[in-house]
Amino acid sequence: MTGPARAEPPAGFTLAQYLICLRGITWREALRFVHQRERFVSALVRPLVWLFIFAAGFRQILGVSIIPPYETYVLYEVYVTPGLIAMIQLFNGMQSSLSMVYDREMGNMRMLLVSPFPRWFLLVAKLLASTAVSILQVAAFLVVAVLWGVELPPWAFVTVLPALILCGLMLGSLGMLLSSMIKQLENFAGVMNFVIFPMFFASSALYPLWLVQQSSPVVYFICRLNPFTYGIELIRFSLYGRFDPLALAVVVAATAVFMTGAIVAYDPARGLLVRRGGGPG
Amino acid sequence: MTAAAIQALSVAGVSHAYGTRKALDDVSLTVGQGRFAALLGLNGAGKTTLLSLITRLFDTKSGSIAVLGHRIDRAPGQALRQLGVVFQARTLDLDLSVRDNLLFHAALHGIAGRAARDRTAAVLAGVDLADRARDKARNLSGGQMRRVEIARALLHQPRLLVLDEPTVGLDVASKLAIVAQVRTLVRDLGVAVLWTTHLLDEIEPSDDVAILHRGRLMAAGLVSDVVARTGTASLGSAFAALTGGARDVAA
Repeated sequence: MTGPARAEPPAGFTLAQYLICLRGITWREALRFVHQRERFVSALVRPLVWLFIFAAGFRQILGVSIIPPYETYVLYEVYVTPGLIAMIQLFNGMQSSLSMVYDREMGNMRMLLVSPFPRWFLLVAKLLASTAVSILQVAAFLVVAVLWGVELPPWAFVTVLPALILCGLMLGSLGMLLSSMIKQLENFAGVMNFVIFPMFFASSALYPLWLVQQSSPVVYFICRLNPFTYGIELIRFSLYGRFDPLALAVVVAATAVFMTGAIVAYDPARGLLVRRGGGPG
Repeated sequence: MTAAAIQALSVAGVSHAYGTRKALDDVSLTVGQGRFAALLGLNGAGKTTLLSLITRLFDTKSGSIAVLGHRIDRAPGQALRQLGVVFQARTLDLDLSVRDNLLFHAALHGIAGRAARDRTAAVLAGVDLADRARDKARNLSGGQMRRVEIARALLHQPRLLVLDEPTVGLDVASKLAIVAQVRTLVRDLGVAVLWTTHLLDEIEPSDDVAILHRGRLMAAGLVSDVVARTGTASLGSAFAALTGGARDVAA
């Protein structure tokens, strides 16, 4: 008999099914990360090079005065740690979002987008998944940093978690938005030069902003406009169980803007898939 | 057959342009439930564009597309649930095992746990690859990857399967195996198929065929009817007659 006797499934999905989908996307992201060993190693080595070498050289040159959230003079290694955490998340967010549009990954993106779940949910799930992976990287980095002698409060691992989730979502959705908007960024080197380096250097990652202000008001102004600065400050404060309302507000607002932009851009009516369209047949 | 009134796929008056280049011009076709329909056309005829519209990668700007009666623009979730897709490009995650690839797809359809494992085992058995479940996708041959992709497309039990030139780049033996396997599967499961190709030997006289040429639909219907209507002896010569002597389809 050929007649399909199946009943039509009910429209929509249950909450449990949404969670299954989210778990599946996260699981795959984690598996991919583990399988790509060189990505894991470079994600860990990159901030450690900064911590071991750059910070060692800089601590003699740069005196960091007492600024919140610090209550005493801190070593440069301690100052730079939140910036390096944010850098891990910046690289990861760009890498996982932009890798979606490279040819190698385009097929996987297509499979994701033909899922019957709402597209906004698929994209948010993808962002949550890449954020979870970035938090694993941060955890690994923090363990090494503490062993290296960076002093953090014992509960820092816990208090920093909400900040890491927010910051990861912000940077991931920025990457996703870029992946849909900028055609020229075909390879990762372009992203490094035009997005990652400017964002990283024009921020409070490597030096406190009051130092920047003394030497160049213009750069200071740029740093103040950079949402990455606020991601770093959110992480810096939460490592010490403190709370920076301005940083939180900026990060939440930036996340909302980037994420909305990415969802609009991946709407089938607009965005990258149409403009990339073509191909044979 | 009470459900026969609803077409598995209905494409009505669809046009699509990339900038000024018109890829599809007022294309209408239907695939009946449980039917095997071939979309025949040369490279650049608009086959992949049509499939991108059916799978909602692009928005349908003029005309409408419905899967089992669900409009792809108005009820995308319900339409996509009834749709299994095999893209022309390879879409398996090479770093993951065959099984993990399929379980990931199950999750994308809200299926997990025992149901997901059972269905994974069943669809892999259906394409004779049950013994490769734990292998990394990277270690499969081209033909095997394609069969896994077909199994994956059937995992959520869709009632329409669309395949975009699924035999491209395969050797003759794998090609024949895949054509035969899909025909058996769809007969057993009662799934409708839209199979795009430029190869005539993948099409049988009892199939439906739609001939696409430079974005326009030249003919559609039962293969034997299309041949009879053009007054030719075979689908090959019918295709040549309809497309103005474009004979580089492989006979």
